[in-house]
Amino acid sequence: MSTLTQLKLGESVQEIQLEPVSRIDLIKYAGASGDFNPIHTIDEEAKRAGLPGIIAHGMWTMGNLAKLFTPYYEEGFVKDYSIRFKGMVFLNDVITLKATLKEVNEPSLRFEVKALNQNGNEVLKGEVLFTCY
Amino acid sequence: MFNDQVGKVSNKVKNVVERGAVKKFAEAIGDLHPIYFDEETGRNSRYQNNIAPPTFPRTFDYGVIEGLNLPNKGLIHGEQTFHYQRPLVVGEEILCCSEVKRYFEKKGNFGEMGFLIIENFGEDAAGNMVFSSTSTVVISEAVRKVLTK
Repeated sequence: MSTLTQLKLGESVQEIQLEPVSRIDLIKYAGASGDFNPIHTIDEEAKRAGLPGIIAHGMWTMGNLAKLFTPYYEEGFVKDYSIRFKGMVFLNDVITLKATLKEVNEPSLRFEVKALNQNGNEVLKGEVLFTCY
Repeated sequence: MFNDQVGKVSNKVKNVVERGAVKKFAEAIGDLHPIYFDEETGRNSRYQNNIAPPTFPRTFDYGVIEGLNLPNKGLIHGEQTFHYQRPLVVGEEILCCSEVKRYFEKKGNFGEMGFLIIENFGEDAAGNMVFSSTSTVVISEAVRKVLTK
């Protein structure tokens, strides 16, 4: 596996495309996180809230996005991770996770990170500051 | 309407970075890297133990801020940040609390929106800050009207 420090400005880590979002994904996240807001799991509650259907927890997508950096745990750690939730993620959406190196300021690497849906719309956007040991 | 809450702090609550909880959380975000749950991988790592994913603090109990009554419906999670001094290590105890950082209102697509910023903190047994995080919660005009009734 290549290392993060070998990346050049403008280059990206290997992107990840998730399986289509399923209800069981969101039920699992509700259980693991303790966020049982029913708009993420129960159709009627989502509709009552004015949504066309259940939506993913923003933190589910944010949690997924961070895994782009997990393989590099011996090189450094995620020091800062900031996200704006820009769009909703619905059942069966296919989400792609991306991270592009924007700035090197040793020992830190600043990445632009985003999650896109199958239509190419940004659902999450933000930054990761990865600090190397 | 939340201006009078700014500066309020919760009680501190002891949380444990539980091995089973970390594994479940890693599974739920599809991050099945052995550094999160395989003991040998943890032992052989620079941390000499397993660690937790960066968004794991979502699972912690941050105590109660007296008098802060947020509805459990109709809130929008607008932004989220995490700031770390080091990764969380499986098995360690973390003292957590939370503070109402800021509140402001701004005109948006759905009328006058309220933005409430809550900051969470986690420190280790020695009293060193391990992480802080901020959540920006967006409260629509419609929801605020219900709250003031």
